Amino acid sequence: MILISCLPLLVANLLRKKTRTLLTIGSFAVAVFLFSLLATIESSFNQGVEVAGADRLVVINKNSIIQPLPLAYMERILQVQGVKEATYAVWFNGIYQDEKNFFPQLAIDHTTYRRIFREFKLDETQWKAFSADREGCVVGRKLIQRFGWRLGDRIPIQGSIWPGTWEFNIRAVYSGTRDEDDENQFWFRYDYFDERRDLGKGTVGWFIVRVEDPDKAVHVAKAIEERFVNSPYETTAETERAFAAGITKQIGSVKAIMLSVGSIVFFTLLFVTGSTMAMSVRERTGELAILKTLGFTDGAIMLLVLAESLLYALVGGGLGVGAAKLFTLQGDPTGGFLPSFYLSPLKMCLGVLFALLSGIAAGIIPAVLAMRLNIIEALRRV
Amino acid sequence: MVSVNGQIHEHALISVRNLDKTYERGGEVIHVLQGLNLDVDEGEFVAFMGPSGSGKTTLLNLLGGLDLPSAGSITVAGDEITHLSGRKLTEWRARHVGFVFQMYNLIPVLTAFQNVELPLLLTGLTKAQRRERVELALQVVGLADRMYHYPRQLSGGQEQRVSIARAIVADPTFLLCDEPTGDLDRASADEILHLLDHLVRAHNKTILMVTHDPRAAERAHTVLHLEKGVLIEGVTVR
Repeated sequence: MILISCLPLLVANLLRKKTRTLLTIGSFAVAVFLFSLLATIESSFNQGVEVAGADRLVVINKNSIIQPLPLAYMERILQVQGVKEATYAVWFNGIYQDEKNFFPQLAIDHTTYRRIFREFKLDETQWKAFSADREGCVVGRKLIQRFGWRLGDRIPIQGSIWPGTWEFNIRAVYSGTRDEDDENQFWFRYDYFDERRDLGKGTVGWFIVRVEDPDKAVHVAKAIEERFVNSPYETTAETERAFAAGITKQIGSVKAIMLSVGSIVFFTLLFVTGSTMAMSVRERTGELAILKTLGFTDGAIMLLVLAESLLYALVGGGLGVGAAKLFTLQGDPTGGFLPSFYLSPLKMCLGVLFALLSGIAAGIIPAVLAMRLNIIEALRRV
Repeated sequence: MVSVNGQIHEHALISVRNLDKTYERGGEVIHVLQGLNLDVDEGEFVAFMGPSGSGKTTLLNLLGGLDLPSAGSITVAGDEITHLSGRKLTEWRARHVGFVFQMYNLIPVLTAFQNVELPLLLTGLTKAQRRERVELALQVVGLADRMYHYPRQLSGGQEQRVSIARAIVADPTFLLCDEPTGDLDRASADEILHLLDHLVRAHNKTILMVTHDPRAAERAHTVLHLEKGVLIEGVTVR
């Protein structure tokens, strides 16, 4: 209540030294911008884990994900108890015009893939057109926007593992049903790909298996692995979430890096803002003493000073989060390595929360000092 | 009526009994006020005079609830304030005391209106009620046409008048003025003294004022002298 009544005083104090206010708000904004960006990158790395289907397993070659598996395994996997359905894909790794135009290209089984990945939405007519065209391809919504393609365009991809120029006709566009879904993929038909390639015919990169009961996913994975023990192509099967988490782990401890950078930014901000607040309170010792004389309680004085710091934090934090959102709206700045470069509303709230916590931490000591201010001592100095 | 003899005075608005204030500095005990008695009725205008270090400001601080005595009691309108806790004393101060300082002590980033409104922010008054009260207070001090001016846009005398408006806006039980004309030229000082006198005569306010200026003291009904922490029977001017 007192804060609402004192809002003009709070605002007047903020405008008292405009340059200082701008710089302080700016430091909050930069810190929260960095925090939000790091959170987006971290989330992008973990995107596979976040969007992984609970009822899906990934089956890869036991030696390495880059080693193939025979396509013939498909039938044998489907025979394993608990397996509902399965599909497969191959990582193509081609180049569109320039290496920096990276995006994931997958040769998929068009008869099964869509049933397994139901989170991707497609127009039925477009899908039929894709299924009817051996050189057809399906592209993600963001990908088609990124390159300004249109349905019917013929896209040349330079093969790196499988040489030559591969041309595909855009027949369909898919979109995700969740904000985090990757809309940067490029799918084309496995049958066409397998027929044309010379190397690795009849093999796939991995299988994706849908299980009947997600609670028994681990048992099913074990059963799949056991089926191929002592074969030339032994397999590793794990839940999609575990698989994605494993890849994230291989990338490195992003969280630790983020935490370190975040902590440095946080403490730098605390020192800067804390000293600004302390300076501001020291300059106004007499005024705070007068407010106390007029009947403002110790608690009210503490709240006033803290509210000032929080106002800095809120304005700066809001600007920082807003700038980060605008930045992420422009899409993946790495050219495809962070396909789900998306700042979620939750992360935005975290950014503002981060700013508010910084505001409290920066303002608490000056606020307590103001609260403990001795009126007589302070008035003597006026 | 004002008396310093300590005899029971039933109708006194302010009653001080055996008031002591001591400080310890470098192991030495300094007696600032010693066994001070004072009774002041409502509507009185009292001036405290005395050399520097005689304890005038200390007395004012104690009467205003800004400081606590080492011994003795202060009773204002039936409430003994010397045993009040910090928070209660603050609330009591907001309700009962209006302060006027030598250096005006206005908040420079607030307009005259906003400065005067400050004590009312602690009350449950609505915005409209606050506005009404502030405008009235500024009218009383003759600054209704300057309410949206900032302190830097006002003369010293005008600033002090704003400070008086701030002191009276919540209709306190009494006003404490610490050298209210100490930083003003003669003409402005006269205006302020005239205003204080008007508040007593027209609005029956009770004012206790510390001053070094004999001409300011002349405006008071009673002048009391403090010497080495002891209040000496004063002169009734009225």
